[in-house]
Amino acid sequence: MPMIEAALQDELRKQGVFITTLEDLYNWGRKNSVWPLQFGLACCAIEMMAASMARHDLARFGAEVFRPSPRQADLMIVAGTVTKKMAPQVVRLYNQMPEPKYVIAMGACAISGGPFKQGYNVLKGIDRYIPVDVHIPGCPPRPEALLHAFMTLQEKIDAQALSGPNRPRHMRADEPSEFPVPKFGDHDLEPPHNKSVWSPPGAAGQS
Amino acid sequence: MNATYSSELFIGIFLVLALLFALAPLVVARIWAGCFSPQKPGPDKNATYECGLESRQDASVQFRSEYYLYAILFLVFDVEVVFLLPFAVAFGQLSVGASLAMLVFVLLLVEGLAWAWMKGVLRWT
Repeated sequence: MPMIEAALQDELRKQGVFITTLEDLYNWGRKNSVWPLQFGLACCAIEMMAASMARHDLARFGAEVFRPSPRQADLMIVAGTVTKKMAPQVVRLYNQMPEPKYVIAMGACAISGGPFKQGYNVLKGIDRYIPVDVHIPGCPPRPEALLHAFMTLQEKIDAQALSGPNRPRHMRADEPSEFPVPKFGDHDLEPPHNKSVWSPPGAAGQS
Repeated sequence: MNATYSSELFIGIFLVLALLFALAPLVVARIWAGCFSPQKPGPDKNATYECGLESRQDASVQFRSEYYLYAILFLVFDVEVVFLLPFAVAFGQLSVGASLAMLVFVLLLVEGLAWAWMKGVLRWT
């Protein structure tokens, strides 16, 4: 795709001619209408609700339309502790979302297990099963942190190529749209993590 | 404005425009999917959405046909209340004919209740 030179674009804009590329237009539309899935797991969801209310006003980013069905959602905010009992449902919901889809892991629990990391029943980070785009630390993160994650996600969406070798996952026919849903095993979830998404620290170089 | 337009022509134009308005996004989406974004259906994505849980049974279950009796009984009392309330409010100003008509109406509903009673529907065991 021939890219328009920034200088030429600037010069034309001074003359009152606005030109853009299909990619820019597409990403501009996408990043300003990210619809999250209405889905909260624990106390971080309270902060997520606060972020969508009038004071913090998620609507400024075009993301106030929380959808009650994954069929209409673009973004999954994993807000809170993911217990091992809940993990298969979270992965299945992610699988049921249409492409392109994004995940924000909100809070210490969702990114790593948080204060329950040593517990027997809490998943140590949802990124073991599904690809997470933005991680937010904090316990719980304030709504401002969620807004910052939104802006980070918008930057990421804006930079995604429509074609070429660097195009994102949802543009590739060979990349999966669904990720295996873990099953309840005797002691733990089976498999304990999805190898194509996550591998234990230190073992990353081996596989 | 001397030209004469037939109103049917406008309906026809609107019909075509409405059809195009509905079909164009679908066509654009299909072209977009063919050019850039490949479709990726899968067993999970095509599955019935049940709040993330696996759906366990067929969604189209049969209800017992005896439930129609409850529906009829509900209708008897529901319709009765809807009409009795304005009847009671306007009772002082009603003519004899209107009162008689209302009486017939109430008797019809009472007949339905009596029928259900005789059939043993009111026995909640």
